[in-house]
Amino acid sequence: MKFERYEWVAITIMISLFIFVGFIQGWSVSLVILNMCIISAIMTMGVNISWGYAGVINFGVMGFLAMGGLAAVLVSYPPITESWQAGGRGLGISFALLIVLVIAVMYINKTVVQKKNRYILNSLIIFFGILIIRHFYLNATHNIEDVNPAIAGFLGGLGLPIIFSWIVGGLFAAGVAFVIGKVALGLRSDYLAIVTLGISEIVVSVLKHEEWLSRGVKNVIGLKRPVPYEIDLQNADWFINLITYLNSSKLNNIFDVSDRQQVLNNLIIDGSGIFVKLSYAILFLIVMLIIFYFANKAQLSPWGRMMRAIRDNETAANAMGKDVVKQHLIIFVIGAAIVGVAGAMLVTLDGLFTPSGYRPLRFTFIIWIMVIVGGSGNNLGAIFGGFVIWFSWIEAAPLTTFIINQLTVGLEPTNALKLHLLDSVPYFRYLFMGLILLLILRYRPKGIIPEKVRHS
Amino acid sequence: MIDFLNSIIVLLNFIIIPGISYGSQLALGALGVTFVYAILRFANFAHGEIMSFGAMITILFTWFFQSQNISLGILPTALLALPIGIIATIILCIISDKFVFQYYRYQKSVPVVLAMVSIGVMFVINAIIRIIIGTETIKFSDGQKFIMKAKQFKLMTGLNEGLALKSSQVITILITILLLTFTFWFLQKTKTGKSMRAFSDNEDLALLSGINPDRVVFTTWIIVGVLACVAGTLYGLDKSYKPIIYLNLVLPIFASAIVGGIGSPFGAVVGGYVIAFSEIMVTYAYKKFFVYLLPSSIEPTGLVQLLSTDYKFAVSFSILVIVLLIRPSGIFKGRVL
Repeated sequence: MKFERYEWVAITIMISLFIFVGFIQGWSVSLVILNMCIISAIMTMGVNISWGYAGVINFGVMGFLAMGGLAAVLVSYPPITESWQAGGRGLGISFALLIVLVIAVMYINKTVVQKKNRYILNSLIIFFGILIIRHFYLNATHNIEDVNPAIAGFLGGLGLPIIFSWIVGGLFAAGVAFVIGKVALGLRSDYLAIVTLGISEIVVSVLKHEEWLSRGVKNVIGLKRPVPYEIDLQNADWFINLITYLNSSKLNNIFDVSDRQQVLNNLIIDGSGIFVKLSYAILFLIVMLIIFYFANKAQLSPWGRMMRAIRDNETAANAMGKDVVKQHLIIFVIGAAIVGVAGAMLVTLDGLFTPSGYRPLRFTFIIWIMVIVGGSGNNLGAIFGGFVIWFSWIEAAPLTTFIINQLTVGLEPTNALKLHLLDSVPYFRYLFMGLILLLILRYRPKGIIPEKVRHS
Repeated sequence: MIDFLNSIIVLLNFIIIPGISYGSQLALGALGVTFVYAILRFANFAHGEIMSFGAMITILFTWFFQSQNISLGILPTALLALPIGIIATIILCIISDKFVFQYYRYQKSVPVVLAMVSIGVMFVINAIIRIIIGTETIKFSDGQKFIMKAKQFKLMTGLNEGLALKSSQVITILITILLLTFTFWFLQKTKTGKSMRAFSDNEDLALLSGINPDRVVFTTWIIVGVLACVAGTLYGLDKSYKPIIYLNLVLPIFASAIVGGIGSPFGAVVGGYVIAFSEIMVTYAYKKFFVYLLPSSIEPTGLVQLLSTDYKFAVSFSILVIVLLIRPSGIFKGRVL
């Protein structure tokens, strides 16, 4: 793919932002921001695929992220055999019964013709079915949650490397998206926004309260990393040699042996942190570039053209024989899957899963601001939006402190207004976000890097 | 017979009275959302923050009055500050319209764009509230807390179960009745109300017959401001004021508006009560109720609770999804005020 000149400018801006922060606030800070920026960019691409390509609104970002996070736990956490023994059978029975119930309802829908009878039969079967299932289910979950509640109390996972969860997370999110799409995609876009927002709340509240599955509000900590731990690096010979080699000029100037060892130790401690973050950044960057590549390919393919046709004129596309409902479902699921991948990566980066941390303001609306600001329908724009918005979200606090200090420079340090303003520095980022969104929507409604209009 | 009365009191105390007061707050909120939807034709995500803003101004003036030793006796001082809050909320609505929404209305933007814009407004108001008042939980109800305490009721009637009646609940219900009556009277009887209904029914026809759209929109924002501020303040008075809550409250409010049939004010009110009662009824543990009603041999051992209270929000959304599936236009077919 070829980039236009302004796109190169955007890429340069993104890179120079991090170099700038690296020199001002240190490389460690810069890399922390970079990692989150990459994850945000992937989320943004996911939303952008459904919204930018096909005009399908997805306000359920938070729910799909949480599903990705759940995947990270279920894949990487070592299995807890006691829990399985305590409640595995009960859970198995209740799930089997659930499947039987669903089949029964489907059978009734097929065979019973009269509408009234069908409703009555269905509601009876569902009511009693759920009563029976509940009995097994509650017993099993109760037993599971009783197993060593301080450190376990849930089923655990498979104990596989966490990197697999990135794919599994995508699949989980896709599964949930499929169900949501089946139910809700026929709705008008603003209804769809509200419904997806609501369903994502439901998903998160399930994760928050089904402790046997996700440990709920007790959080899962200590997930294994895909990259080395700092402490191992600090003791590894090759790493010490590497650091010595990289800083040889600096070290050679120090002649005192103990001083030199001291400096080297500090360098190794700093370096190990940076190395870990850099490895994360490389892993994430690879995923981002892969998704970017395929997203672009898809956009330029006949399928992408059909998506744009559906977006721009649904009726016409329908008349041309395109199955609008099916395509909407497909693109909704794909977008959600990419968000799910990002969700798994997010938990991988943090090494912990906190269901109560999923809030719509932070995980749905900010992502949408990234999409709108970056430019919907353009993948590079999505990445740019993810980078710029996350960057300003983090850097808003230091910037605000600076501005407030400048504005109130004439006031005494104990002035009530000044203290109050400095206390509320963290909230100014919401103000910035809102203003950025409003300004972009007003003066550049297609985003900073707008979709390319192709004439052929 | 006594057992029967006791079980009724249990229901009244734990389901019906809380349901009515929570439902009233939702109904007022949903009515505001409905007005914006019917006249301005977009889903206003900022509505929760507008409610929060109104409540905040009311709290600030409540504090001011309290510091001046002005009070309403047994009634909460907030009632005295409420009119000022209402005026401030109306001003906020009109400012946000003039500087933000108006442009898109003239551009004839699609509803989704306006919804996005309202998210921007939501962020800005959210930030302003947090910068001014912080994120702490604030209790600002004063005056007499209870009209009837559980103990008094027990002494009075000799029943086992108490019935507590908070003054905030009674105030909520009274103000809601007052406001709803006024709103419906306004819509049905006054000329401006009729022009609003005409505008929401068919914009082009309304314009042709000489209705001034700016005037209609202006009136709408005034009504929305009043409803939002009152709803926000009542909610804060009843539970307690916490800025974060109002963002979460947007979802049940939308659910109420849609369940009732978005665009229909009567539907919004009914939807509010439907959502409130189902949230409470599904998550209430009925054990006590059945203990009174059933003979001791078949008394329930568990809590007899359909879902744990953690799923309160999930309930309102499940109802929304179910209603949209079975009857997409809501209980009362909407779109017309």
